[in-house]
Amino acid sequence: MARIAGVDIPQNKRGEIGLTYIYGIGRSTAQKILTEAGIDWNKKVQDWDDDEQNRVRTIIGDNFKVEGELRSETQMNIKRLMDIGTYRGIRHRIGLPLRGQKTKNNARTRKGRKKTVANKKKAVK
Amino acid sequence: MSRSLKKGPYIHYKLEKKVLANVEAKKKTIIKTWSRASMISPDFVGQTIAVHNGNKFIPVYITENMVGHKLGEFAPTRIFRGHAGKKDKGRK
Repeated sequence: MARIAGVDIPQNKRGEIGLTYIYGIGRSTAQKILTEAGIDWNKKVQDWDDDEQNRVRTIIGDNFKVEGELRSETQMNIKRLMDIGTYRGIRHRIGLPLRGQKTKNNARTRKGRKKTVANKKKAVK
Repeated sequence: MSRSLKKGPYIHYKLEKKVLANVEAKKKTIIKTWSRASMISPDFVGQTIAVHNGNKFIPVYITENMVGHKLGEFAPTRIFRGHAGKKDKGRK
């Protein structure tokens, strides 16, 4: 069992991929971490010995914001925008896109599943 | 894309002059401006600036953490009152 940065247990994958299961670590950060720890990118997570695991752990602990800490930072940033009343903050509040995209149609990522409005379409002959 | 650092932040020169004059005289008079693109610099903190939204001036009281944003971000240009027939959600 390899447990790094709290709860994540990536197992049975190459180190480079396994580390990306941690929130806040993607491919390139994973590669940087492994290079610094001196571990081959292709080595499976289960094949790491305790020493290697600890090296990875300390590197992440010292250099990167991950998981809860990172999530709360993002939330704080959003909250700041809302509190000072910026346009972006308002858009966050009402759940619409922030960066000037059109909302006539699409924008489903921000707006969520389609809400059908009854009788919206007039019968056009 | 963000603005080149070489140029420094954009603040309309007349607005900057007025703000600095206000700071110097320790006054808090409301400054009207149309310059929504101007960046809020640390000098602005504590001042009230009336930012034009295309229709009227929206008074914005500048606080510490507004520094670095632009004036226009605080004066919305569109008012969405909700769709017809929708039960009102109590938004302005």
